[in-house]
Amino acid sequence: MSTTPCGDFRTSYAADMTIFPTRNSRLAMLAGLVVLCCAPLILGRYELSLLIQIGFLGIAALGLNILVGFTGQISIGHAAFFGFGAFASAGLVEHGVPVPLAIPLAGVVTALVGLVFGLPAARLKGLYLAIATLAAQFILEDFFARARWFSGGVAGRITEPFTLFGLRFDHDETYFYVVVFWVVVMFVAAANLMRSRDGRALIAVRDHYLSAELMGINLAYYRTLSFGIASFYAGVGGALYAHYLLFVSVEAFNILFSIQFLAMVIIGGLGSVMGSLMGAAFMVLMPEVVQSAAQALEGGAIDRALSLGASLNFLREMAIGAAIILFLIFEPDGLARRWRLIRAYWKLYPYSH
Amino acid sequence: MQDSILAVEGVSLRFGGVRALTEVSFEVRRGEVFSVIGPNGAGKTSMVNCVSGRYRPTEGRIAFEGQDITRLPPSRRAPLGIGRTFQNLALFGHMTVLDNIMVGRHHLLKAGFLRGMAHWIGGARAEEIVHRREVEDIIDFLEIQHVRKAPAGTLPYGLRKRVELARAIALKPKLILLDEPMAGMNLEEKEDMARFILDLNQEWDMTVLMIEHDMGVVMDISSRVMVLDFGRRIAEGTPDEVLAHPQVRRAYLGEAVEEAAA
Repeated sequence: MSTTPCGDFRTSYAADMTIFPTRNSRLAMLAGLVVLCCAPLILGRYELSLLIQIGFLGIAALGLNILVGFTGQISIGHAAFFGFGAFASAGLVEHGVPVPLAIPLAGVVTALVGLVFGLPAARLKGLYLAIATLAAQFILEDFFARARWFSGGVAGRITEPFTLFGLRFDHDETYFYVVVFWVVVMFVAAANLMRSRDGRALIAVRDHYLSAELMGINLAYYRTLSFGIASFYAGVGGALYAHYLLFVSVEAFNILFSIQFLAMVIIGGLGSVMGSLMGAAFMVLMPEVVQSAAQALEGGAIDRALSLGASLNFLREMAIGAAIILFLIFEPDGLARRWRLIRAYWKLYPYSH
Repeated sequence: MQDSILAVEGVSLRFGGVRALTEVSFEVRRGEVFSVIGPNGAGKTSMVNCVSGRYRPTEGRIAFEGQDITRLPPSRRAPLGIGRTFQNLALFGHMTVLDNIMVGRHHLLKAGFLRGMAHWIGGARAEEIVHRREVEDIIDFLEIQHVRKAPAGTLPYGLRKRVELARAIALKPKLILLDEPMAGMNLEEKEDMARFILDLNQEWDMTVLMIEHDMGVVMDISSRVMVLDFGRRIAEGTPDEVLAHPQVRRAYLGEAVEEAAA
């Protein structure tokens, strides 16, 4: 019952291109999806809300991973695009676009905005690009605060729940399926992209841009394209967020949120499609763990000495910082690599030596 | 007179006050193996960089198959049929050997990112399989089947050189620029590489423009040789003519030897 092949037994090029290497791994993936679809029957509302968060954050994180992990660019304005998608979708719905259509459309609109802000990326690299994207973050944040027609200003914007064929997906139990659908679509699309011409071109630009250019790859085009795709993913993630909370407000999309996206990508694994989802899961679940740890400590000697209960937020931020540092030192390739190692271990179990 | 595939006319290249190339002119004829030799710092790689588009000549004109390419960006030269390898390896280290070579097919593949994302719909998959078949021919030719799935960055030097050659061949170039294809190789590897270059030239119908330091190889496989010294062309001709050229002997062996010989 192996999910990784123990040799190369493929007899056609088509079989050699699959995302999941063995029949068992495909079955395991399908079984996982079925179990996931049963989640609303088993899990409580709170746990479901965590899964939904992992879903829409994971989609946006995947976008950032395509930009940072696969193309080797940098962006510290991802949350602004996430916010743009949320507002755009809410705005489209207000103008009569049905929600199921508004979500991908919001992605497209955000991608167009991303392309505009991605234009400097065609020329800038490294720290200079980081500053340019920082500008995008602040310009968009300022735009949200001022353009009342778009964002509802400081008051924020109320939007409608997801409805399809008269069914309302306005509970965690139902909206969960909407998010799962989009997660599957977006992750499969990314995995496909990475085994196609343009995906390879993006990685080539990251690994050696000079020789990529001599292979006929237009650097400016692919660097900008990468921004467009990243923004599309951020926009869809943001739109899913908007129709989940049904209320979008400016304050959420600050630079701290942008850095959290970067943390998800680094912790999950740069240049790994599934790693993006793992990173998002880590960032959503870690505060829960920290909180339960704090609750366990409550009233004890440590709590009295440090007064943890009052400063749980600080503890959370510190834990995120510590997690990034620890990952950079001990597992720079992120959770995705850890996951591969675990699978490799079980492949040979119990004869791992 | 065979027709020329590449014509370089009066090319000069300056970096500030440094003259890397001074009025270099030459022609590469279709179907030949043309070698550029010269002492270190003679401007050989600069010359190849002008042809591949890395550098833009300060003066002069470069024409490929009659088309002026002097100011064409590098990424537009691959579709015309110019491929190259690098002196210091320039593979995509984290990609597999197979993907590296598939990048070479970039300008021949048509599916953009939308069709790539759809994969099964729109023909990206079918196209990929067609090109994979051709890439496998190249892999067979260069005998790198066993490392097909290995990340290029993990390979030993000799194999990396071959993968780079494979990637350049995958472009289907009419003219292939090889910048020191045998640098740092042992005798056996050099013999293999020389055979590959001859096969490329004769079986795959590619014109070869090669920079190489190993005189034995250059003299054995070149149709014609050009010698550069301090950015100037000092000789051009068949290997024998070039070897006999007094200025070449001076550039390589120095003044004193020539006097002693005289």
